[in-house]
Amino acid sequence: MEKVMSNKLVIALYVLPSLLLIMGIIYIPIVLTGYYGLNQWDGISKMVFIGLDNYKELVQDSAFWHSALHSLLLALFSGVSLIGYLGIAMVLSGKIKGANLLRKIYLVPMLLSSVAIAQLWLKIYHPTNGVLNSLLVSLGVDNPPSWLAEPSIVLIALFIPIIWQYAGFYILIYYAALKNIPESLMEAARIDGASPWQIATRIKLPLISEVIKVTVVLSVVGSLKYFDLIYVMTDGGPNGASEVMASYMYHKAFRSFDFGYGSAIGFFLLLICLVATFLIRKATASKETIQYS
Amino acid sequence: MRTEAAHSYPPLRQRSGVLLLRRSGYSLLYIALIAVAVIQVLPLVWLFIFSLKNNQEVFNMAPFAIPAHPHWSNYENVWSNGNIGQYFINSVWITAVSLALTVMLASFVTFAVTRMRWKSSSLVLGLFMVGLMIPVHSTLIPLFSMFNKLHLTDNPVSIILSYVAFNLPTTIMILLGFYYSLPKEVEEAAIIDGCSVNTMFFRIVLPMTSSVLATTAIINMIYNWNEFIFVNTFISSDHFKTLTVGVQNFIGQYTTDWGAIGATLMISILPILLVFLIMSERIVEGIAAGSVKG
Repeated sequence: MEKVMSNKLVIALYVLPSLLLIMGIIYIPIVLTGYYGLNQWDGISKMVFIGLDNYKELVQDSAFWHSALHSLLLALFSGVSLIGYLGIAMVLSGKIKGANLLRKIYLVPMLLSSVAIAQLWLKIYHPTNGVLNSLLVSLGVDNPPSWLAEPSIVLIALFIPIIWQYAGFYILIYYAALKNIPESLMEAARIDGASPWQIATRIKLPLISEVIKVTVVLSVVGSLKYFDLIYVMTDGGPNGASEVMASYMYHKAFRSFDFGYGSAIGFFLLLICLVATFLIRKATASKETIQYS
Repeated sequence: MRTEAAHSYPPLRQRSGVLLLRRSGYSLLYIALIAVAVIQVLPLVWLFIFSLKNNQEVFNMAPFAIPAHPHWSNYENVWSNGNIGQYFINSVWITAVSLALTVMLASFVTFAVTRMRWKSSSLVLGLFMVGLMIPVHSTLIPLFSMFNKLHLTDNPVSIILSYVAFNLPTTIMILLGFYYSLPKEVEEAAIIDGCSVNTMFFRIVLPMTSSVLATTAIINMIYNWNEFIFVNTFISSDHFKTLTVGVQNFIGQYTTDWGAIGATLMISILPILLVFLIMSERIVEGIAAGSVKG
């Protein structure tokens, strides 16, 4: 038994292909991103080592800090919306008829590609023929805004479809976690005279706190590296008003062919995501884990 | 079963008041839940409706009014005029090959890590799990230059390798719990019967995991089918583009024909919606499993 299950050749055969793949596609590129960031390079001619110059430039680049601020705003917006999702999941996990069907309907946008969602919402926001402004005009609004062309509202106009896209995903996660709590705990609380509000805040919330932590990490890190929808809908415009870190990196690398500078941004993005994960985990680390089984 | 009836209640009159309040609160919450559901699907209903209109109808009719004579020809036109058919086929085979490779490789790794005995198994598992946190964008520039040097840009191989590598961590994570819960007796019996590890894996363990394999396959399918950034960066010729990137370019050429755009988008999302209709339970399960265990 021992001998068969620790056969080195079999282990190597089973693990090495995948290991080499993630080394080649994930880990080596990460190291290279760090290295390219120390060079001046247009992707074609010879790399010139310039030390930390790209990073010094990055620190002084107001366009980059604007994009970082937008990413941060998205993270904040997504983080706050988690409260809403949690509320919906709480209601849904109660004794609601059709809860199963409802949570599936919520999930539909999540299944679609960002390109399809972006193109659809471009049409929804269309200044003259979009469904949103048609509706506003019929409600008596004379000059509805052109949502994606105005720097002051473009960000919020982009955040709404992002929320729309992911709502079902987070509701589903919370719902699954809430359904995992044994009914007997709630029964016991009810017998002791706890109100539904008390049951929600004193029993359900603490019991799913681990899952809440995971979703906070997912949503913050997801927001910090968000790209697709914004790239398709506004391409960072108008005039950088909706640029986020990942789109700024993409533009620097694949439009301005400044691969060195793009890599510096990419490496910075990686660090931010790792630090954010670490900080959230640290900040929410519970001293005791709650068991109910 | 509710147990409320078995316990002491406030006086009758007060109780009916509470019940009334509770019932109206319940209806309000229910209406809110349904409103959210409507918001989630209404944009898609609108998309479907304008995919059946010509521009004049899109601009002059009420947004949700269905034209008396739906222009199904929009669908025929975009299918025959553009490269949509080619993109569609590319999406299908690239998605299928990547997901088959990912599920197979992830099964190998998970089996070796959870069932076999070797020193650095937890280190190797850790390497895969850290991969969950790495943003795709931070690898994009070196990947592009690497594939360029290897003459793999504008080649589906670059896409498939990237999909498999970035999907392995999630897939392994979903498989892990299932593999840990497999009873040890199965292996013992197999070895006593003289099975080799390979026979045990392919003949016994893999079939036992078929249900969770289906879940991971669906998660992979959704991801691969919708992926944008790798194809957009690595693939330049129409011959190898997938539906998401193809749709994006196609729409770029037809910015003014709303019916054509609507039909194109509908074609790109229908396969996923159909799969969801058929296998929604499993998808819901898979998404929940794939995200919470981390």
